[in-house]
Amino acid sequence: MIDLIHEPWPWYVAGPLIGLMVPLLLVFGNRALGISSSLRHICAMCVPMNIEYFKYEWRNEKWNLAFVGGILIGGLIAAQWMLGDAKVEISQETVTDLSALGVKQFDSYLPADLFSWANLLSVKGFVFMCLGGFLVGFGTRYANGCTSGHSISGLSNLQFGSLVATISFFVGGLLMTHLVLPLIL
Amino acid sequence: MKNLKYLVFGMVFGVVLTKAEVISWFRIQEMFRFQSFHMYGVIGSAILVGAISIGLLKKWNVKAIDGQNIKFPVKPYNKAAIYGGLIFGFGWALTGACPGPISRSSVMGIVFLSSRSYLPC
Repeated sequence: MIDLIHEPWPWYVAGPLIGLMVPLLLVFGNRALGISSSLRHICAMCVPMNIEYFKYEWRNEKWNLAFVGGILIGGLIAAQWMLGDAKVEISQETVTDLSALGVKQFDSYLPADLFSWANLLSVKGFVFMCLGGFLVGFGTRYANGCTSGHSISGLSNLQFGSLVATISFFVGGLLMTHLVLPLIL
Repeated sequence: MKNLKYLVFGMVFGVVLTKAEVISWFRIQEMFRFQSFHMYGVIGSAILVGAISIGLLKKWNVKAIDGQNIKFPVKPYNKAAIYGGLIFGFGWALTGACPGPISRSSVMGIVFLSSRSYLPC
């Protein structure tokens, strides 16, 4: 029996738990699992501008903000008390590849070489954090869903639009990883 | 407060995402380099469990707890799924995160990652 508190969870534990979120939210709230729409709700709530995209009753979507708030709290709890050490045991091939590209720090969830407040104002840090974040935020809203809304929730209901979106996520990620990252890392 | 249950579900979800390391930039790189089964296992088994669950809910005609018919997620196809999907894919590979993990500090779609690099958000 592995130590489920401090050891990372294997895919066959975590994956089914993520999948169970779909029926749980449907049965207990008639809500479809999704996260990226919260970005829109937050904007609609906080930015009182005359933008058509933000004109809707965001108050009906408060549940989504509560859910996302819960994710943050859950993440903090796990990060504070449930991480044995934060090192992620990735495959040796990946370590070799990334080292060849200049990544040095492998002792955390993210390479501190790239992701830190100190790096935010460097060109590289700006690209990885701000531009990357912008692409995530803009892309998910344009595509009307993210990994949760499309790949888990939508695909669970065999939605063609979600299949197309999921394939596009992967194609985009592959292009960035294999064509662009070698140039900018 | 009727939204409290969503907060609790979210907390469970947040713990799972963290413990599964799917919020790790390294795990995402490993996935896009086809060097580990981990992410494929997580996503694949999540979809499988989700799909079987939805299939059973439909087969048994299960109602939501308030007695209403369940509204299953409908995602019609349009070209935006391709363009938006590609754009998100670029960002996913750069930041190593999708909106679950980085929903914390988002302002107008510009998302800053926390300096405490092991935090999931």
